[in-house]
Amino acid sequence: MKLTLRIWRQASPDEPGRMVAYEVPDANPDMSFLELLDVLNERLTLEGDDPVSFDHDCREGICGACGVVINGQAHGPRERTTTCQLHIREFNDGDVIDVEPWRSVAFGVIKDLMVDRSGLDRIIQAGGYISAPTGSAPEAHSTPVPKPIADTAFDNATCIGCGACVAACPNGSSMLFTSAKVAHLNSLPQGAPERAERVLNLVEAMDAEGFGGCTNTGECTVACPKGIPMDSIATLNREYLRASLGRK
Amino acid sequence: MTFYKIGDDIADTTAPDVPIEQRWDKRRFDAKLVNPANRRRHSVIVVGTGLAGGAAGATLAEQGYRVIQFCYQDSPRRAHSIAAQGGINAAKNYRNDGDSVYRLFYDTVKGGDFRARESNVYRLAQTSTQIIDQCVAQGVPFAREYGGLLDTRSFGGVQVARTFYARGQTGQQLLIGAYQALSRQIDAGNVEMHARTEMLDLIVIDGRARGIVARDLITGQVSTYLADAVVLATGGYGNVFYLSTNAKNSNASAIWRAHRRGAYFANPCYTQIHPTCIPRSGDYQGKLTLMSESLRNDGRIWVPKNPGDTRSPDQIPEAERDYYLERIYPGFGNLVPRDIASRAAKNQCDLGRGVGPGGLGVYLDFADAIRRMGEDKVREKYGNLFEMYDRITGEDPYKVPMRIYPAVHYTMGGLWVDYDLQSTIPGCFVVGEANFSDHGANRLGASALMQGLADGYFVLPPMLGNYIASTKLEKVDASHPAVVDTVNEATGRLTRLLSIDGERTVDSFHRELGEIMWEECGMARSEDGLRKALGRLPELREEFWRSVKVPGTGDQLNQSLERANRVSDFLELGELMCVDALHREESCGGHFRVESQTPDGEARRDDDRFAYAGAWEFGGTGTGDQPILHKEPLNFDYVHLAQRNYA
Ligand SMILES: Cc1cc2nc3c(=O)[nH]c(=O)nc-3n(C[C@H](O)[C@H](O)[C@H](O)COP(=O)(O)OP(=O)(O)OC[C@H]3O[C@@H](n4cnc5c(N)ncnc54)[C@H](O)[C@@H]3O)c2cc1C
Ligand code: SF4
Ligand code: FES
Repeated sequence: MKLTLRIWRQASPDEPGRMVAYEVPDANPDMSFLELLDVLNERLTLEGDDPVSFDHDCREGICGACGVVINGQAHGPRERTTTCQLHIREFNDGDVIDVEPWRSVAFGVIKDLMVDRSGLDRIIQAGGYISAPTGSAPEAHSTPVPKPIADTAFDNATCIGCGACVAACPNGSSMLFTSAKVAHLNSLPQGAPERAERVLNLVEAMDAEGFGGCTNTGECTVACPKGIPMDSIATLNREYLRASLGRK
Repeated sequence: MTFYKIGDDIADTTAPDVPIEQRWDKRRFDAKLVNPANRRRHSVIVVGTGLAGGAAGATLAEQGYRVIQFCYQDSPRRAHSIAAQGGINAAKNYRNDGDSVYRLFYDTVKGGDFRARESNVYRLAQTSTQIIDQCVAQGVPFAREYGGLLDTRSFGGVQVARTFYARGQTGQQLLIGAYQALSRQIDAGNVEMHARTEMLDLIVIDGRARGIVARDLITGQVSTYLADAVVLATGGYGNVFYLSTNAKNSNASAIWRAHRRGAYFANPCYTQIHPTCIPRSGDYQGKLTLMSESLRNDGRIWVPKNPGDTRSPDQIPEAERDYYLERIYPGFGNLVPRDIASRAAKNQCDLGRGVGPGGLGVYLDFADAIRRMGEDKVREKYGNLFEMYDRITGEDPYKVPMRIYPAVHYTMGGLWVDYDLQSTIPGCFVVGEANFSDHGANRLGASALMQGLADGYFVLPPMLGNYIASTKLEKVDASHPAVVDTVNEATGRLTRLLSIDGERTVDSFHRELGEIMWEECGMARSEDGLRKALGRLPELREEFWRSVKVPGTGDQLNQSLERANRVSDFLELGELMCVDALHREESCGGHFRVESQTPDGEARRDDDRFAYAGAWEFGGTGTGDQPILHKEPLNFDYVHLAQRNYA
């Protein structure tokens, strides 16, 4: 297959970037999208050009490192699929594909397709945990957790922290990411003691990091490779209201 | 020609000489304690934020030490542990199916083909139960039964259901638990976290590990970090093979640099080739994807009976299929240990019965399971794995059998450590996959997560405290000559890599290295093949340093430079792996020497000559330099040496 990639090239955070077109005449339908970039980079290296920088590690859709905007869609056209798991068979011979970094006020571009997502870590640091110092835990079966609750917690805990929700949101909001953590921990009996503080602290951190407000556009859930639902945002709002009333 | 020298034997002198059930209690009781009020004055460097490093950093910080922590990813949450799928073992015996600490110990020693140290394995089994408690308290959403209690399943090589899991994403859930505990300590100011920062070298002063040299991957700035002790939790080195199931950037640099500074490297040739991975599809392939071993609980492995049968699987009638694992190993069937399942798949493909492109694949079929449990139940158990398979291959495993083939997955070898998890460099501790300790020559499924968390949460912290409490350390600063020298060496290497400006890319060298290792030091190893590899590898290394092309500069983000630095270390490590494989003239676990097999093709150990861990001392890389072998004799006082039998 022959593909044309138009890729955002930006040498550093302070320099302006621009789209640059590259032809890849030898794309194979069974390649992953990142393997396509690998092949391009091998060529650029030999030609004396600067290879394209992009984040990646597991290449199995689980570490959350990868992520680019492909033809305007975060992680590309296939639903519930990270960039590393997207395969070239989704495209057609002769396609021109735009490849850009996550764009959001809270995610600065570092180089080319790489952005700074450390704001998401700081949201978790603000309270996205259950305080259980090592060694202090009771026997695991001392608190049974009904299966439906365990399943809800699990579904939300599958968030990989990729930031696609932020990139897809017209407001640059990290509401889906934050709500997944609230819904994961606040639904479990183990998370109950810190329930109110947790939601208040996470929301405060989210605002402090410069993420935008949520206006329920739902773009985040479309982009989310793990299918975190809008319900989680409703859960966060409910928890927030409950905690704010309790605080007064 | 021999490729190595023999040095003195080595021994673990830290496990107390009391009955095995009492050793860990006794060791903790004998250990010196650091007064809680003084812990703030002591700093510890932890390199790595996977299960082992994340758990260690969080726990040490909770105890009051000042922790300085590193990972190369942009966030500690992305460590390679995140990718573990199947589960984590623990001897909880919730099923009342005859499990116990002793049985987990026994299974692990046997599964490791009698090449692990009994004391360490026993402690691992003892600690396992606490891990589950700890993780549940953190909010790890393990799979549960309708009654609200934890569910478990079986993994290869065992006959009890002791594997706890969170759908097919157990590693992710456990790591998020450790990451959240670590995040709490970062927020409290007890952990200074350096993400996107790669360790380039270990700083050793007066024989003790006192710090590291690391490069900020964004700015290229090379800096030194000094502390009272250094913990390496940098994972395994399977990427020597280029294609493996490890994350793309997993590397051996931290442990290899420590090895060059004096840490012995034990059993480097013990690699685990996992039987159920998606076969490769082309030359562009950058990595391989694992399909969790848990699939072998319900999937049946088969090949067509007739070599070269190209009919589609649904056209091949039952009578013309060979469910070879069930046939050869009726006792364990599809759940034989990994090394055995992988070799059996290779044997079938060597007989021409392989399926898919190049005949390098076997079927893993769920038709029976779907008939028996219904598609919904199968979806609930394995849904995410089936989806992943579909995304990668474009085939729907609910309809056609999966095609699988073995791939490099895990490295049992690693830096030698004693019972305290300390390497041969005092003050340098090694945890998780980076050490060699608990799995002998073959790791059982779901035991790496257990080991990483046991090391990080429960074993390392008291032993590190003991080291700090019993060692008088001089104050050092960055002007110390040893620090200056180490920095100069590290930056010198980077400058050299950038200045070669040759004609071959880093990846092309890495691929060639991987092909040599897979051919000669992979699933079957022979004296001839290993000698051939040992002839070629020094040449390849020399070519690399003469003709690699690394674009860009060192004072900017430069992913080619990162890779070049890692590959330069893999080239040296690959050689040591081949030397180790050549010297070990027996087959054991994942190490299969074609010269040492039983009449029916199973691995034949040679306990008289090889019942030891082989710990290698670095001998240089110049012509004529040779690594030095130190043997740690292994005693089996509890689990008696026997040929493994899974029939
Ligand atoms: C696909 C897959 C599935 C698996 N499934 C299972 C399973 O179901 N059950 C099981 O028990 N085991 C499983 N394993 C094995 C298990 O996941 C690993 O052995 C284990 O997670 C390793 O953990 P670790 O903490 O030792 O290292 P890792 O998780 O590999 O972490 C290494 C850390 O070190 C850092 N690092 C590395 N080098 C440097 C450097 N030079 N400078 C700075 N930082 C560095 C990295 O950033 C990272 O934070 C699986 C492995 C794979 C590949
Ligand atoms: S909520 Fe979804 S899109 Fe957002 S970070 Fe998590 S996995 Fe990524
Ligand atoms: S590289 Fe890990 S999710 Fe894509």
